[in-house]
Amino acid sequence: MDRLRIGFLPLVDAALPILAHELGFAEAEGLELQLVRDLSWATVQDRLLYGHSDAAHMVAPLAISTTLGLARPAVPLSVPFVLGLNGNAITLTPDLAARVTKIGSPGDIKAVGAKLREVIQERRKSGRVLRLGVVHRYSSHNYMLRYWLKGCDIGDEEDVSIVTIAPPFAADALAAGEVDGICVGAPWNSVAVERGVGVVVATTSQIWRRGVEKVLAVQQERIEAERELFDRLLRALYRAGEAFVDPHQVAAITEILALPKYLDGSAAAINRVIQDRVLFAKGHEPVHIPDFMFQHREAANFPWTSQAAWLYAQMAAAGHVKPDIQDYLAAQAVFRPDIYRAALATVGATLPGASSKLEGGISTPTGVGSIQGRLILGADNFFDGQSFDPDAYATMLQNSRV
Amino acid sequence: MRIAIIDESPARAAVIAEGLNASGLTDVTVLTERSGLVATIEKLSPDVVLIDLANPGRDELEELFAVSRAIARPIAMFVDQADDRSIEAAIDAGVSAYVVDGMKPERIRSVLDVAIRRFNAFSRLRAELDEAKSALAERNAVDAAKKLLIKKRGIDEPAAYAALRKAAMDSGRKIGEVADALLTAEKLLGDI
Repeated sequence: MDRLRIGFLPLVDAALPILAHELGFAEAEGLELQLVRDLSWATVQDRLLYGHSDAAHMVAPLAISTTLGLARPAVPLSVPFVLGLNGNAITLTPDLAARVTKIGSPGDIKAVGAKLREVIQERRKSGRVLRLGVVHRYSSHNYMLRYWLKGCDIGDEEDVSIVTIAPPFAADALAAGEVDGICVGAPWNSVAVERGVGVVVATTSQIWRRGVEKVLAVQQERIEAERELFDRLLRALYRAGEAFVDPHQVAAITEILALPKYLDGSAAAINRVIQDRVLFAKGHEPVHIPDFMFQHREAANFPWTSQAAWLYAQMAAAGHVKPDIQDYLAAQAVFRPDIYRAALATVGATLPGASSKLEGGISTPTGVGSIQGRLILGADNFFDGQSFDPDAYATMLQNSRV
Repeated sequence: MRIAIIDESPARAAVIAEGLNASGLTDVTVLTERSGLVATIEKLSPDVVLIDLANPGRDELEELFAVSRAIARPIAMFVDQADDRSIEAAIDAGVSAYVVDGMKPERIRSVLDVAIRRFNAFSRLRAELDEAKSALAERNAVDAAKKLLIKKRGIDEPAAYAALRKAAMDSGRKIGEVADALLTAEKLLGDI
């Protein structure tokens, strides 16, 4: 048995490493997984960099920022496997929510944005800036939220202040009036809703139906040196993904995830999330959102380099990186479809033939080229109807600086 | 030396503060509450922040330091277990210093000194790198602007450079800014 330590935060999308361990898939690959639970991404990141852990559950942009060395010396990371798509939601204080949406169900996200814009303009007159909390500076939550706000013609700086709040404290911050809204992952929106301090106004899947969310991150040097070891981990995670979408295992999976050593949370809330049911407001019925969260279907675990490209473009738009073609290429190289294919060829996983695609370009389910299995990708559109072409962005970067 | 200790466990923080006091470091503030942490740090402006690796408030603190380099402070981290390899990795990955729990009080002072020195060295390195990057960008812009002038006005390179320099001096701007403006104008106007 080889031992691998995996860092994680108590979120539903840490499910695959947890299940790989609990359901015996790791053991079948000769691996003994040790899950290391922490409460902040900074700690998860540090443990990975310091060698306290061998791999980590991580917000995707953090793997890129670590590789590029934003705010700290660069340490190259590799992402051979995506742990989940979407699963986040935007929750506002009940008063604010009542002004922008019909409480209890998902609204038209464009309309919600337009109403929010009105509120912001009103507030600006009284000198009060809207404060929204996201889970980390370099998080998909931050970039999805910014993408939506920008698309609704809401400027970043003068209209809205976006601050960082660790997910376990997001509901507290809402309750204390520290923030007007939060964009966090499951099950933390539910926690705020059940406490009656927040109302979900939108899911991030309404912003981008196939948004990349959490990834498995490993130090690049390490994964290159021990490919066979990490191939086994990837296979165990893939099996865990199959189990995750098996309707017969929902009850067992809920029970495992809710354990104190993992999410230490409400089994009812976790149960809803893994069935894509979202509780928008206290006292209302949960609503089934088919695109809410992807752990396995549509080759969701495949690390498309175009996902990293989109994230880099958002980091540049937010002013977190200075647009640079070399950095853009380095960001894409963090995602490793080659490792995914090599590791999963033997387990019958669907393997896309391409490594990069037009993001947001699919409006009806479309078959795409694969070198193994049959792959149909569902609609992956952005709320504003735009699509992201990684090559066009590269050309733009090259032309903007001579 | 002003020190802020951030720890969720008041007991542990007290032990560390005591150790610091014993080695002559008396300007020590212990922060155990998460709420208002960032504002407190900003106000306190400590020379060094001593924080537990696993503190749940770290993402907020890092955000603060990322947003404003002026506010950023050296961080020394204390951890429950550490071997030489992970200490080395930690230093390589940017933590200013690494304090192992139960470290002797007489050693902690030198660890904090190291934290501050390393932080300053890194800040300087980063400033130099930024400077080098923008110098390179400026040189590229000037080269491109020169080429443009040579092509459009049929002049030679020294004349093109002189024209840029004169425009810069006349308008009180840097030559790189003038070159940038020229290139932007060219892009907007195209072949008109």
